[in-house]
Amino acid sequence: MTTARRTGLLAYFVVGLVFGTVLTKGEIVSWFRINEMFRFAGHHMFGVFALAIPVAIVSVQWLKRSHTRTLEGEPVRLEPKTMGSGIRYAAGGALFGAGWALTGACPGPLFALVGAGAGGGVMLVAIAAALLGTWTYGVLRPRLPH
Amino acid sequence: MDSLLEIVRRPWPWWIVGPLVGLVPAALLLLGNRMFGVSSNLRHACAILAPRSAAFFDYDWRGSAWNLAFAGGILAGGFVGGVLLAGAEPVVLVPPELFSWSSLATPQGLIVLVGGGFLVGFGTAWAGGCTSGHGLTGIADLQLPSLLALVAFFVGGIVTTWWIVPLLLPGGGS
Repeated sequence: MTTARRTGLLAYFVVGLVFGTVLTKGEIVSWFRINEMFRFAGHHMFGVFALAIPVAIVSVQWLKRSHTRTLEGEPVRLEPKTMGSGIRYAAGGALFGAGWALTGACPGPLFALVGAGAGGGVMLVAIAAALLGTWTYGVLRPRLPH
Repeated sequence: MDSLLEIVRRPWPWWIVGPLVGLVPAALLLLGNRMFGVSSNLRHACAILAPRSAAFFDYDWRGSAWNLAFAGGILAGGFVGGVLLAGAEPVVLVPPELFSWSSLATPQGLIVLVGGGFLVGFGTAWAGGCTSGHGLTGIADLQLPSLLALVAFFVGGIVTTWWIVPLLLPGGGS
């Protein structure tokens, strides 16, 4: 194990704070923006993805290939994902997409919408339902294809 | 001339937001080899609340305290972006006819908030990630499973938006 100092929780809170602010001011948390995206009726979300994905690819690949070390002194490393049958990605992904279209929010925006006070705080119900969904998956997991 | 604060209080354009969002996976790697993925927090919350209920939740969530701190930051960021930096003309983020406490007494409100929330939690857990974990982190790491997941997100979202949402919100909300 490294002897370098562990990055404190406050640093992750601050990155989350910036991310949450960007999601909200950028209207990525907006039900209307998500609805517009899935109807191909506007370019806002596609513009966000079209810039976010290349920036993410270039920055992450550069960190990996330049042998940059983390602030904790370890080499930058990501766990590879296993494809398996692919069913979990296709079926689980499609079910999540349906939930994204209904609530207008993926998990990050769910938290941001609570902070923004959307719907008078009723997004807490959506988070509670999401917890129930994840818990149900955990119970059914041994019987689901992956 | 508009003051800087007035400019910041307006909705932010996609060409500012996109690059900022794209830098989050690299920022978390740089801080401590952390994989950006918000939906994992739903699993961690279950591991805190009901660790013995399934093998999936029987692990030490304290190793992921960083991600819970990150989610707390997102919530605080929603307050900063949605309340502190709200513009003169507040942006409506959700259709009020579906997203209110009283809408929970209607089938439409229940389907959207409880049904939609359930599908977000179930689907992301099965798929092993959401828009952040697959759509950004996995794609940035050039992982084929994440590309499959991202395509599936859009298939599920497009089908639901075209054939189910119109039944729940006849005006289309727009």
